[in-house]
Amino acid sequence: MGQPQDPRGNLVRPYAVTRGRTEPRRDIPIEAILVASQAAVQEARFAGHDKYRIAVLCEAKPQSLAELSAFTRQPLGVARVLVADMVADGLLSLHSAAPKKGFTERMDLLERVLSGLRKL
Amino acid sequence: MDFASSERAGAQPREITSAKIVIAGGFGVGKTTLVGAVSEIEPLTTEALMTSAGQGVDDASKVPGKETTTVAMDFGRITMADDLILYLFGTPGQTRFWFMWDELIRGAVGAAVLVDTRRIADAFAPLDYFENRHLPYIVALNCFDGAPRYEPDEVREALAIPPHVPLVMCDARHRESVKAVLVQVVEHAMATLVAEQSGGYPAVVG
Repeated sequence: MGQPQDPRGNLVRPYAVTRGRTEPRRDIPIEAILVASQAAVQEARFAGHDKYRIAVLCEAKPQSLAELSAFTRQPLGVARVLVADMVADGLLSLHSAAPKKGFTERMDLLERVLSGLRKL
Repeated sequence: MDFASSERAGAQPREITSAKIVIAGGFGVGKTTLVGAVSEIEPLTTEALMTSAGQGVDDASKVPGKETTTVAMDFGRITMADDLILYLFGTPGQTRFWFMWDELIRGAVGAAVLVDTRRIADAFAPLDYFENRHLPYIVALNCFDGAPRYEPDEVREALAIPPHVPLVMCDARHRESVKAVLVQVVEHAMATLVAEQSGGYPAVVG
C-alpha cells in the first residue's frame, strides 16, 4: 500500500527466489522424477536455502517436480526454474522426463502400471 | 544428454519411470477424495500462477500488470517399484483453467472423468475437453449416498458419451472401487494403443 506499483504487477514476488527468471533452462514435466546423491546434498548447501531443501527431499526419496513444488510451497513455475538449474548444475539427476514413444515401450509401461494397480 | 550431470549427482544406475493418470471432473465432484483413497501420501497440492484471463504465466514478462491468481491441483502418489511411480493428478475444478489441463494430460497414461449424478451438467465441459484430445479416457459415476442413481445407459445418453468410452460406477471414498476405476483406465489405454497400432480405431475422437 502506498508503494509504487511495479509495472509487472504482483507476479514478481513469487519469482524472487529465481532472481526474477521465469523461463526454466529446460522443460521439466510435472511428473518427472528428481534424485539427489549424498554428495549433491553437500554441494547444494552452498546453492541457497531453496535448492538445498530440494536436494534434501530428493535424497530421502525420488520426488516429482509436483512434490517439490508442494513441499517447498513454491508455485510450479518457480519450482521448475529451480529444479532445471539444479539439473544443469549436476545437483539433481532427472528421470522420466520424456514420454514413452513407440508401441512396445508404451505397452510395457501400461502393463507394469496395470500389474502395480492389481497388487495394491 | 543427462549423462554427465547424472554421474556427478551419483544417480542410481537404474532409470526411474513415472506415469500419471489424470482425474478430471467438475468442482466438488470428489476428485481429491478419489486420489486420497489410493494414494500412499495425503494428497498434496501444487499451485500454478495465472492471470485473471485464465492464461498461463510461465513467462510473466509477457503479461505486465495483469491481476494474477493461483490455480491449485491436488495429486497423490503410488510407488509401485523402486523404479516405477504412479501419480494421480486431479484437474483444477474450474474448467476455465484449460492451460493447466493441457500440461496435466501431456504424457499421461489416460484419464477418468468423475461425474456426480446430482450435477450431471458439470461433466459436459470436461467431456468436451477429452473428446478433442488424443488421450484415452473413461467416465466414472461417483455414487454418493443418496445421489439419484441412474442406469449407466441413461447417463451415457444424457452426456452423449461415445460407445467406445467405458463407463463405470464407483465410490470415490473406497480404495477397492478406485482401484477398479484406475485398472479400467489402464486397460482402456492398452486397448486404444492396440487398436491404433492395427489402424482400425479413430486416433482422435470428436
